[in-house]
Amino acid sequence: MKIIYFAWLRSKIGLAEEVINPPPQIQTVEHLLSWLEQKGPNYQEALKNRTVVKVAVNQKYVGFSHPIQLNDEIALFPPISGG
Amino acid sequence: MPYRIQPEDFIPDHETEILLHGNRHVGAVVTFVGYVRDSLNKPLDSMTLECYQSMALQQLHMIEQEAKKRWSLIDCLIIHRYGYLQPSARIVLAVSLSSHRADAFNSCQFIMDMVKVSVPVWKKEQHGLNTDWIGTKTSDLEAAQKWKQPGFDFK
Repeated sequence: MKIIYFAWLRSKIGLAEEVINPPPQIQTVEHLLSWLEQKGPNYQEALKNRTVVKVAVNQKYVGFSHPIQLNDEIALFPPISGG
Repeated sequence: MPYRIQPEDFIPDHETEILLHGNRHVGAVVTFVGYVRDSLNKPLDSMTLECYQSMALQQLHMIEQEAKKRWSLIDCLIIHRYGYLQPSARIVLAVSLSSHRADAFNSCQFIMDMVKVSVPVWKKEQHGLNTDWIGTKTSDLEAAQKWKQPGFDFK
């Protein structure tokens, strides 16, 4: 599973992307966020306020209850500000 | 391609001429150009735009398709820049071509309202030694709401 981080989520976590292999009980975006938070204080700090964490699975916006699969590309980012 | 994500600058008139290429049925062209804006209260040195390119292109495609579905458009174009930009630099271009002005005006407004809330791009502002990541403005979310329709969700 490939995770990509953007904007201040990338700066806080200190990584632009990583390949992870979460245990089988991690089945939704929400499970994944909670699992990532346990990886360290940098993840915890970046992901603690869920209201500013947006998610795309395979380049589509999804909610936290969206199911995830091992071959997914999951992007985590703050609210956007283009235009 | 009627939409692009690029670090390079663009010349609005040049892009519009390419789009027109002498089409005799075009009666209206509406062009929107967004610029990096300085502020008197909080002087801006520069801005860096980051984007999720593969998804941004898909979102631009979705916006273009939806605009062509809702209005009678001869063509349209959306260009969004990323990278390091200074005040007065161009950021975004939206051009709508139609036979009559209402289609061009409304679709151009729709395109920009959708770009603001659905294309994954982030602005980081540099003010002296301080940097600020900019989030989505409430006014942009409100502007996008008016375009909601059953079966069309911009997020």
